[in-house]
Amino acid sequence: MGANLAGAIALGTVLLLGSVGEIITEKSGHLNLGIPGIMCMGAVGGCWGMVVYANLLANPASANWFLLLFLAVTCSMIFGALGAAIYSFLTVSLRANQNVTGLALTIFGTGFSLFFVKQYIGKGNAESVLPALSKILNTSLPFAGDLGFFGQVFLSFGIIVYLAVLIALFAAFTLRKTRVGLRLRAIGESPATADAVGINVLLYKYSASLIGGAVAGLGGLIYIVVCRGGNGLFEVPTDLPRFGWLAIALVIFTVWKPDVAILGSILFGLLYMLKDMGIPFNSYILKLVPYLVTIIVLIFTSIFGSKAVQPPASLGLNYFREDR
Amino acid sequence: MKKQIALELKNICKYFPGKVIANKNVNLTLYKGEILSLLGENGSGKTTLMNMISGIYFPDEGKIFIDGEEVVIRSPKDAFKYKIGMIHQHFKLVDIFSAAENIVLGVNDGSRYNIKKVNSRVREIAERYGFDIDPKKKIYNMSVSEKQTVEIIKVLYRGADILILDEPTAVLTPQEIEKLFVILRKMKADGKSIIIITHKLNEVMEISDRVSILRKGEYIGTVETAETNPKELTEMMVGKKTDLKIERVKTDFDRPLLEIRDLVINKDDGSLAIDNASFYIRGGEILGVAGIAGCGQKELCEAIAGLRPIKSGLIMHKGENLIGLPPKVIIEKGVSMSFIPEDRLGMGLAPSFSITDNMMLKTYSEGRGPFVDRKSARARANALIEKLDIVTPSSETPVRRLSGGNVQKVLVGREIESAPNVIITAYPVRGLDINSSYVIYDILNEQKKKGTGILFIGEDLDVMLALCDKIIVICHGKIMGIVHAEKTTKEELGLMMTGSLDLTEEKKDKNYGIAKDSNLTEEEWKAEEEKQAEKENEDD
Repeated sequence: MGANLAGAIALGTVLLLGSVGEIITEKSGHLNLGIPGIMCMGAVGGCWGMVVYANLLANPASANWFLLLFLAVTCSMIFGALGAAIYSFLTVSLRANQNVTGLALTIFGTGFSLFFVKQYIGKGNAESVLPALSKILNTSLPFAGDLGFFGQVFLSFGIIVYLAVLIALFAAFTLRKTRVGLRLRAIGESPATADAVGINVLLYKYSASLIGGAVAGLGGLIYIVVCRGGNGLFEVPTDLPRFGWLAIALVIFTVWKPDVAILGSILFGLLYMLKDMGIPFNSYILKLVPYLVTIIVLIFTSIFGSKAVQPPASLGLNYFREDR
Repeated sequence: MKKQIALELKNICKYFPGKVIANKNVNLTLYKGEILSLLGENGSGKTTLMNMISGIYFPDEGKIFIDGEEVVIRSPKDAFKYKIGMIHQHFKLVDIFSAAENIVLGVNDGSRYNIKKVNSRVREIAERYGFDIDPKKKIYNMSVSEKQTVEIIKVLYRGADILILDEPTAVLTPQEIEKLFVILRKMKADGKSIIIITHKLNEVMEISDRVSILRKGEYIGTVETAETNPKELTEMMVGKKTDLKIERVKTDFDRPLLEIRDLVINKDDGSLAIDNASFYIRGGEILGVAGIAGCGQKELCEAIAGLRPIKSGLIMHKGENLIGLPPKVIIEKGVSMSFIPEDRLGMGLAPSFSITDNMMLKTYSEGRGPFVDRKSARARANALIEKLDIVTPSSETPVRRLSGGNVQKVLVGREIESAPNVIITAYPVRGLDINSSYVIYDILNEQKKKGTGILFIGEDLDVMLALCDKIIVICHGKIMGIVHAEKTTKEELGLMMTGSLDLTEEKKDKNYGIAKDSNLTEEEWKAEEEKQAEKENEDD
C-alpha cells in the first residue's frame, strides 16, 4: 500500500508540473496542446544535461549531487521553453490557430525526443549511466526511513519532487496575490481590457508560454528520473505523452488552480495506479478512470459551475489589437 | 473670479480613410470645475473627438492644451499622465475580477500589491463622492449601473481631473441617472472638469453648465445652458433642412401588410429594447424609423425576422402570426430583413463567400437532391452585378474584397431578388457615397411601386424626410410618435428622438399605431392574443 501511494505521488508530480505549466499558459489565453511534446523534449533535454556532465567524470556514481540536480533541472526547463517558444511564436506573433499548432508541437516533440536520444545520448548512456545518476537524484531525506508509513509515503523522494510542489505553490501565489498574476489573468480574460490600461500583452503572453513550457519540461524529466528510475528513455515518445494528455485533463479537473492541482495530481496518480493495485476488475477500464473523472468534472462545471470555475474567457482566441 | 481653463482644443481635425471627415476645425474649451455637455446627432464626431483627448486616436491637425500648455497625447497612458480619464460607452472590465481588481489593474505606483489596501482606497473614493459600491463584488454579479460606477472609480483612482463620459445615461434607469447626476455634481464641486456626451436634451439642461454642439463633424458653437432651451439646441444640432433630390414615389397605399401590436423585446443583457410598440406597414409604403443609435432598432429587426424571441405582443403578417415561426418560414412568407451593422459587412452575408455563394445562401433549399445549383445562382449573381452596377472583378470574388458600397448592393439586391412583400432594411446606405446611396433609394422606390411594404431604419433625418411616407420616432425603445414625413419638420423629429416631445401622450385615447382597416377584426386580435398567451404559458 505504501509503495503504491508513493508511486502515485511520484506520478502525480509529473502530472502536477505538466498541468501547472499548462495553467500558466492558459491564463494568458493560450491553449497549448503541445504540452505532451514539450514534456518529452524536457525529459530528453534534462537527461542529456546529466549525461554530458557524467561523461566528463571517470565514474558517473561520483557525480556531485547539487551540480547534477542543477544541470538536469536547467536543461529540462530550457528544452521545454524551446518547445514553447515555437508554439508562442506561431500563436502569439503569427496568430496561428492554437489547437493546430499545439497538436503539431506534440507530434514534433515526440519525434524530436526520439531523434535526440538516438543521436546525442545513445544506448549505452541511457541504459547504464542514467539509472546511476537517477539514483543520486532520488536520494531521500536522511530521516525518512525512521518515520514509518508517513516517511515512506511522503518523505522518500529526492528533493526534485518537493521542488515541483514548491513550483505549484509559487505559481498559485503569483496568480492570486501579485500584480503580475492579476495582469496575466486579465489578459487571459480580456486582452483588449488589459491593453487599454497599458499592459504589455505580447510580453505577458510570451513569458507565460515560455515559463509554462519550462515547468512542463521539468515534469518530463521527473518522469524519467523518479518514476522510471532513469530507465526507459527510448520509450519516452510512447509512454510520456499519455501523461501529458492527462496533465491537460487535470487542468480542467482543478479548475485552473495550481494549488488545487497538487491534490488533484496525487488523486489522478492514484486513479492511474488503480490497475496495479490488484483490484479484481478489467484493467483497461481501470485505466480509463482518470479520463472518466475529467469528463464528469466537465459536466458538473458546465451545468452548475459559477463563472469562477470557467476557463479564461479568451482561451483559444488570438489577440490582435486592431480587430475590434 | 476668472475661470481657469482646464482643457482647450484648437482647430482639431481628424480624417478617416476614404476621405471621411470625422472632425473638422473643432474648438472646445473646458473650464475647471464645470460640466460641459457635448451634443450632436449620430455620426457628428463626438466620440471621435473624445477619443483624441483620451489617446485612442491621434488628431491629424490642431492642438490640444492642458492647463495652458500644449500637449501631445499618443496613447491612453499619455492621457492618464495629463489626468484625463474616459469612461467609454462599452465598458472595458474583466468579468471575473472584483471591482477593486479591475480598478487597480494597470496601475503601477511602485508599492506592493495589496488588494486590502486597494479595497479601502476604493471605499474612500466611493465615500467621498457618494458612490454605492462593494469593492469585493465580482463584475459578473453587477448591474450595468454598478459596472459604470467601477469604470468611473477606475478613472478617479488614477487621479483623473478631467473626466469624459460617453453617453453614460444611455444604459441607466431614471433613478440611476439621478444618482449619477448627484455624483457628477459632487465631483464638480471637488474641482473636477467633466465632459458628458448625451443625446437627451432634458439631461443636458439639467446637468451641464455649458453645451457645445457638433454637427457632421463640424463645431457649431457653445452656449450657456442657462441661456438656452431645448428648441434652440435641437436647431443647432440638426441644422436647417437641406433639400435632397430624393424622389418620393406616389403610390396607392394597400391594406396593412405587417401589423405590430404591443411589442415588447428585451436586449441581450435583459434590459428593455422595445417598449410596447404598435405600428403597421402598408403595401406601397416606406415607413421610416428614426432614433438615436442603439435605441432598439436592431432588436426590432431581429424580432420581426424571427431571430430574436420577444417578450410579449403580436407581429401579424397579412393576418397571420409570425411569432414563434422559424426564420426560414418567415422568409418564405415574403418578409425579408437586411441589417447593416457599424462594421458594415452585414448580417446575412458570409464575407469570404463569393457573390454567387451568397446568393445561394438564401435559395439553397430550392434545388433538387443533395447538390447545389451553382449555374442558376451564378446567372442571378451576374444579373445583379449588371443591374446594380456592382464593381467586382467577377461573380466569384469573395464579398469581403468588395468596397463597402458594393457589399451593401449585394445584400440589398439579394433581398429584393427573392421578391418579398415586406422589406425590413436597417441603415442600407450606412457609409455609402452619394451615388451608391441613390442607387439604393431607387431600388427601394422601385419595390415600393410594386406594392412592397418597406420598413426603413435610417440615420440621416434629411434622407428620411425625403424618402419615407411616414416616420416612427423611437427614443430608448419607446415610440414617441408616428408622423407624416410631409407634415413634420426636422426639429420635431429631433425633439422626439431626444425624448423632449412625446406625441403619443397627446393622443393616448386614439389607438396610436393601430390600423383602422386591419386585416383582423378586434375580436380576432383578442383571440390571437389569447392564443399567444397560451403558447407562452406552455413554454414556461
